[in-house]
Amino acid sequence: MSTVAFAGIAILTLAAALAAATLQKLMHAALSFAVMFVGISAFFFFLGAEFVGLVQIFVYIGAVAVLIVFTILLTRHDVGKVRGFNWSGVFVAVAVFGGLVWTISKTKSLSIVPQQIKPVTVQRIGELLMTNYVWPLQCVGVLLTAALIGALILVMEEKS
Amino acid sequence: MPTLSMLLVVSAALFCIGLLAALSRRHAIFILIGIEMMLAAANLNFIAFWRFAPQPAPPTGVMVAIFAIAIAAAEAAVGLAMVIAVYRHFRTTNVDQLDQLKG
Repeated sequence: MSTVAFAGIAILTLAAALAAATLQKLMHAALSFAVMFVGISAFFFFLGAEFVGLVQIFVYIGAVAVLIVFTILLTRHDVGKVRGFNWSGVFVAVAVFGGLVWTISKTKSLSIVPQQIKPVTVQRIGELLMTNYVWPLQCVGVLLTAALIGALILVMEEKS
Repeated sequence: MPTLSMLLVVSAALFCIGLLAALSRRHAIFILIGIEMMLAAANLNFIAFWRFAPQPAPPTGVMVAIFAIAIAAAEAAVGLAMVIAVYRHFRTTNVDQLDQLKG
């Protein structure tokens, strides 16, 4: 990854994230949210984790961003009325960022460059999912089923 | 090549923007967007630490990131369902007005 590409992707990602966090119009914020995930996927591609980048695009831009847009449309009567902004959150976020950057800059062992790696193929990920990670995989399956049923029950119309 | 600390600073900035969205905004959907941003920053850290580890390293960071994405998707689905349920009940998505336990 060249430094120029890194800076470009970083600026795109952080600008889209800031837009998603601060824009007043919800729909614009949801679209900036999708752009931010394109940037994060580009980071994953450049770091050699292509499969994770693809999964990120499928799951977040294909599913989560669309879900957010649906929710915005379903709760549309409220859009534009909720305009409050809590400034104390800005101070907390800036303080946390300052602390994290100070810690990172003080840690000398972090200023390293990556070595060459063998690419992680989908076959290798599939083998690992079926051997070492088979119990986490089953647990995630149960969790997704429970989340699906729970979300359906939450939004079902109450009969009264 | 950028160093690991540059990537970590980007990820820390992303986390703090997510924190800002989760703490400052009054709209429930913005809070969910902020939480998703913080989870994505954590994923970026997993992948970065895996990539910069001494090679050859087992792809543990990749696997953890995949599971984290799956769990974040489940969390987003339940969270948005809760936003819709709360909106039906209270007719608002402003979290400042949701201050009573008794419906």
